[in-house]
Amino acid sequence: MELNAQKRGPRLSVQLSGELDHHSAEQTRIMLDTLLRDVTVHELVLDLSGMTFMDSAGLGVILGRFRKLSMRGGKLIVKGMNASVDRIFQMSGLYAIVERQ
Amino acid sequence: MHNEMEVRFLSLSGNESFARAAAASFAAQMNPGIEELSDIRTAVSEAVTNAIIHGYDQNMDCIVTMQMEIEDDDLTVIVKDDGCGIGDIELARKPFFTSKPELERSGMGFSVMEAFMDSVNVQSEVGAGTVVTMRKHIRHAN
Repeated sequence: MELNAQKRGPRLSVQLSGELDHHSAEQTRIMLDTLLRDVTVHELVLDLSGMTFMDSAGLGVILGRFRKLSMRGGKLIVKGMNASVDRIFQMSGLYAIVERQ
Repeated sequence: MHNEMEVRFLSLSGNESFARAAAASFAAQMNPGIEELSDIRTAVSEAVTNAIIHGYDQNMDCIVTMQMEIEDDDLTVIVKDDGCGIGDIELARKPFFTSKPELERSGMGFSVMEAFMDSVNVQSEVGAGTVVTMRKHIRHAN
């Protein structure tokens, strides 16, 4: 899992590339939470265009960050889903919770 | 066409991607569509992750077995562990249920397997292990 982050005002844009499964979930969670320690972040945009695989462990990571942002009145936006990532987002109902761009 | 394979690997989380790749590589001879192949990868990943996290409670020196069988256009994938077993299978299969909320799991593992495969059968005995049998009919040839 590779992560590239850029912050502009309250918006933090993070590009995630690689595979997000149980194996890479913990490292990804730690990296995202480190970035979210910055309390001025109110909008997390996850660019998933470089994501080649995601299973329910990835859903757990996204839902966890969504909760974190919700607690501070912020929001999480996902974008760049490929067909297989889109499929798991659809079936899990994730789009009912997070915004898509 | 009939074909079978079996792989055994240690319950290391790094082997989740190995299991996905092995499953996709074996299933490729059925000429599945891209979406079908992606479904198989994801379902295998869920079953193997469950064996590692739940079956073996993250002990890294146990063995996960994956068997695959091809019978014409029908694929069967069996993922086995000799771990702690599941006390209440019906509860474990419920969407969003997780026995390990501290791990920030989504509780969607079985739901994903059910959505992406045609059938999912779970046999488990507490203290003895779990066998997950998934079947998929391959419709779309590339």
